[in-house]
Amino acid sequence: MSDGSIFLRFDDVSVRFGETTALDHVSFEIAGGESRIVYGIAGSGKTTLLKAALGLVKVDSGRIYVFGQDVTDLEESAWFEIRARMGILFQEGGLFDSMTIAENVAYPLVNSVVYRSSGKRPDDHDVEAKVQETLRFVDLEQTLEKFPSELSGGMRRRVGIARAVVTEPPLVLYDSPTAGLDPITANTIVNLILKERDLRNAAAILVTHRFQDGHLMAKFRYNPSSGQIDAAPAKDTSVKTKFFVMNEGRLVFEGTLAELKLSQDPYVSKFAK
Amino acid sequence: MLDLLKRPVASFQDFIILSGRAMRNIVRTPHYGDDILIQMDAIGVGSLLIVMLVGLFSGLIMGQQMARALRTYGATGQIGYIVSVALIRELGPVLVALLVAGRNASGIASELGSMKVTEQIDAMRALGTDPIQKLVTPRLIATAVTLPLLTIIADFLGLVGGFLIARFQFAVPFSQYWTPAWQNLAYQDVAEGLLKPFVFAIIVALVGCFYGMRTTGGTEGVGRSTTKAVVVSSIWIFVTTYFLGKIFVNLQ
Repeated sequence: MSDGSIFLRFDDVSVRFGETTALDHVSFEIAGGESRIVYGIAGSGKTTLLKAALGLVKVDSGRIYVFGQDVTDLEESAWFEIRARMGILFQEGGLFDSMTIAENVAYPLVNSVVYRSSGKRPDDHDVEAKVQETLRFVDLEQTLEKFPSELSGGMRRRVGIARAVVTEPPLVLYDSPTAGLDPITANTIVNLILKERDLRNAAAILVTHRFQDGHLMAKFRYNPSSGQIDAAPAKDTSVKTKFFVMNEGRLVFEGTLAELKLSQDPYVSKFAK
Repeated sequence: MLDLLKRPVASFQDFIILSGRAMRNIVRTPHYGDDILIQMDAIGVGSLLIVMLVGLFSGLIMGQQMARALRTYGATGQIGYIVSVALIRELGPVLVALLVAGRNASGIASELGSMKVTEQIDAMRALGTDPIQKLVTPRLIATAVTLPLLTIIADFLGLVGGFLIARFQFAVPFSQYWTPAWQNLAYQDVAEGLLKPFVFAIIVALVGCFYGMRTTGGTEGVGRSTTKAVVVSSIWIFVTTYFLGKIFVNLQ
């Protein structure tokens, strides 16, 4: 059951919290270089989906495979190796509020079990350079010594992206990166996610309830020569973006943007405009 | 009836699991040396002044009360002996541990609790670090190292406090105070006086971390965890000091 090109696979996964079912028999897979946009109203199980993929919540039934490895019953200590290859942006950023921006972004490089135990820990100079480079990527290099509380919501989200991608993970999960932001800032965030995806060809799962986010991800490309986001040529299939819609823990729709727009289902079609 | 017992037993089991993992991590890589030093500074250096004050004043108070009683038997010369045994075996460790419980079990619980409710603990796990390794073990080591040291300082200042009373209020000469205070101390008293703060340190750090790590319910939850951490660690300090004292009394 291990296919190296499949980065993440859910096989009939269910997660329950007491009486409520957060994930109800969910199955899907995502390969390298692909994107998945997950739509759904609040409480439909989107965040639980990401947390299950990271091993932060235990599944009740079904199996999860990450990078071809069955991780369903993995011990916490065995997860660190796998999590080191995944990036995550938390809904509220999840930044460490007692650390500076530079320390936050450097955190995975300096502290993760994998880097610390294996002697792979980069020296301070390399860490600093990498943090600078990553913060330049999200256009925030002037905030190195600030604390998260001194930044605006959109800036914090950008720091969260920087921290998620600083180790250049092949699979990045974004939990509602645009929630609560004004449309202009929200577009900046999605552009960054696009840039990350197209420059490094990483697989991405983007949880959102904004239709525009998915539309941008599917129809636009980062242009490295101009540094701008351009509309993708109509025939460009280099990035495979698929859409999921979730409701009450179930995956009620899976398909392309065109299929999403054509959906007659009253719940699904709400996300197609 | 069984249902009533289920929750405390389950929490105690969780506590044992957390303690086991925190202790196992002491010998496991990676080690977060800088976090241990930061915690030693916060717990040790941060508590130094208040511990010194409490040590000194407990000695002053004991000297004053004991000397009054001893004077009726014309035995004010024994004041050094009484103060040293009571302080070193019992009062010093307990008073310092209670202070550190109030200062640091609460601090640890509220810090970890806030991190828990703002998903920073989950973020740590997601970023490939073990929150127990990164947060709990350094606090455990730092408290276990600093609390015995703080107790030694408090004990010494307590003896000085007792001496001040003996010397200036009851005209006891220098050597008449310090000689019995020093000579009557058996190794066992010193061992008891150092073992207790070590055990209390483990209680304070682990109870603080335990309630912090299982905080739920937002800012209100953080408040609840903090209160619980102080109350529960204080109770355990009293319970263990009784039993440890009993063991040492039986050894004699």
